[in-house]
Amino acid sequence: MSKDQELLESLATSEYEYGFSTNIEMEMAPKGLNEDTIRYISAKKNEPEWLLEWRLKALNRFLEMEMPHWQNFDLPEIDFQDISYYAAPKKKQLNSLDEVDPELLETFEKLGIPLNEQKILSGVAVDVVFDSVSVATTFKEKLAEKGVIFCSFGEAVQNHPDLVKKYLGTVVPVSDNIFAALNSAVFSDGSFAYIPKGVRCPMELSTYFRINAMNSGQFERTLIVADDASYVSYLEGCTAPMRDENQLHAAVVEIIALDDAEVKYSTVQNWYPGDKEGKGGVYNFVTKRGICKGNNSKISWTQVETGSAITWKYPGVILKGDNSSGEFYSVAMTRNHQQADTGTKMIHLGKNTKSRIISKGISAGKSHNSYRGLVSIGPNADNARNFTQCDSLLIGDRCGAHTFPYIEGKNSTAIIEHEATTSKIAEDQIFYLNQRGLDTEKAVALIVNGYAREVLNNLPMEFAVEAQKLLAISLDGSVG
Amino acid sequence: MLNIHNLQTSVEGKEILKGINLQVNAGEIHAIMGPNGSGKSTLASVLAGKESYEVTGGEVLFDGKDLLDMAPEDRAREGLFLAFQYPVEIPGVSNINFLKTAIGEIRAYKGLDPLSSKDFLKLLKDKQELVELKASLVNRSLNEGFSGGEKKRNEILQLAMLEPKLAILDETDSGLDIDALRIVANGVNKLRSENNAFVVITHYQRLLDYIVPDFVHILYDGRIIKSGTKELAFELEEKGYDWVKDELSAQASPSL
Repeated sequence: MSKDQELLESLATSEYEYGFSTNIEMEMAPKGLNEDTIRYISAKKNEPEWLLEWRLKALNRFLEMEMPHWQNFDLPEIDFQDISYYAAPKKKQLNSLDEVDPELLETFEKLGIPLNEQKILSGVAVDVVFDSVSVATTFKEKLAEKGVIFCSFGEAVQNHPDLVKKYLGTVVPVSDNIFAALNSAVFSDGSFAYIPKGVRCPMELSTYFRINAMNSGQFERTLIVADDASYVSYLEGCTAPMRDENQLHAAVVEIIALDDAEVKYSTVQNWYPGDKEGKGGVYNFVTKRGICKGNNSKISWTQVETGSAITWKYPGVILKGDNSSGEFYSVAMTRNHQQADTGTKMIHLGKNTKSRIISKGISAGKSHNSYRGLVSIGPNADNARNFTQCDSLLIGDRCGAHTFPYIEGKNSTAIIEHEATTSKIAEDQIFYLNQRGLDTEKAVALIVNGYAREVLNNLPMEFAVEAQKLLAISLDGSVG
Repeated sequence: MLNIHNLQTSVEGKEILKGINLQVNAGEIHAIMGPNGSGKSTLASVLAGKESYEVTGGEVLFDGKDLLDMAPEDRAREGLFLAFQYPVEIPGVSNINFLKTAIGEIRAYKGLDPLSSKDFLKLLKDKQELVELKASLVNRSLNEGFSGGEKKRNEILQLAMLEPKLAILDETDSGLDIDALRIVANGVNKLRSENNAFVVITHYQRLLDYIVPDFVHILYDGRIIKSGTKELAFELEEKGYDWVKDELSAQASPSL
């Protein structure tokens, strides 16, 4: 067996670090999707009537919609009636962290998520969503001093219904796509953040998602509202246990940036990708969109996607306000049988709007990695500018990289640039690094990190370190 | 330090090295000269452990250890350094990060603690001056967008930083103008010591004006056919490779 072959084999056997599951008493909704399910969830969450109506409307839209067929991967049959749409650790309303089940705390300890506020040195406020419910939000009081609201979605519905009602579904309408409709019908929790006028959020806000229960899906909803001239940096991380069956994750994230506001949203996605034969893994069908509603506002998406059996997401920005700007920085890495179809949508509506897209795909094993992006320039978007760069890196000769850029220009003053490259890690590069004392795994990790540097540089410090390690671990011994 | 005994190699079934014998001791500089296709770069690559070359016979001992049995990274960690003829570019990896990683790996192999950032930067600053490399190049991506001369100087910077026992310079002089050549040669001269050794592979005698070898070997058709002192290089420069070829066939013909 050649050295490359050996390394490719060892790549396939490296383990998923977060594959354990937590034994905890769960309260679960009966399987199936119908009005009763929706009423069950809504009642559990003690929701107002308008929200129930909204959910039911979404359910009806969902039932009318068909599964899409334009994606560049085999979309498996999903039996929506075989999923439980609500799973929560059995425990009443929590008032403090002391009331959290110790088993649960231990789980997050293992995942490296500090929930114990005394232990938090990094100054990141964390909201943790375990299956369907948010189990803990840290630093609430400190944030409240500045007027920042950061809580679970459920709490926001109870305590800030006006804000929720005003913005929910305004960026991602219920009928946007079938998974957004499904999420709107059955979402159980998620995070909510509101940054008041002129406030620079004093710390990074972070949500950590964990799917634990079997045969359940996670359908969380995140809503971030940045009022005039405010700033927030938001982080999202996720893992799931190793299970043979697939788990469905259909989330919706909505961001609203008003005049002069800036929101930076960073994701490190590490859902269980399935085993080396492609069995199991999370289907990650996510709709993320922000709107630069106000003038001079800015929304920036940075994502590092290493997990999930299938990833399907296009975090986009609607550039409505004049002089607003949108950014999308992405590293998507696939290996074994993973499939990723990801990219962004930049919708230029306002004048002098700018967007920048940097996408770095890395494919190894038998995986497929697609970039799909839309740049749309509306008739009133005078002097709109877009720059797109999408690069693909292939490792081995059994993987695939694909690029699907869509450009719609309806204004002749727009300037749109698109650059694309495809490359392989050259044996010469690896040998060069070997000759300087680096083994092949370290060499590949260094090359891949170099390749992704432009994107990793956009992550907040702690996250960047995390992401670098993740890329190195996920690539364990993959060379071509 | 380095003992090559009857080394034979082939690439894709084609025999390139047909029995190389060479001994290099600490404190020595050896020059290997020869026409195109004689096997000079193959010898360098085989010693460094490049995979595409198959060793079909012979042995190589490096400080008494079987060199050919070691992975390329272990050869490097044991103190063998190859200054590449064509250094590769690695986008996005800063020169400084790369050097720090390489030093870290080599130190870890030797059971040494990692160098502190302060010590590392001090070392880098000293060595940078040695090869007159602009500070800005150290912060740029490894070799990316470097000129030919900058790449070669960067090889010598790495050599200076990693402090190997044995350095093989594979046509480091090719593509260098006279100023760059002098800088590279000065660097090597400052780095030579009682404890290390150099094997300088070159086409031309020119480099040997600056790096004065203790021994000169002429490689032709996969064999070292003549060895001598630095005077051999002058003779070669004067008479050309045809002279060696003629001499070789004159030696060979009586047996026909």
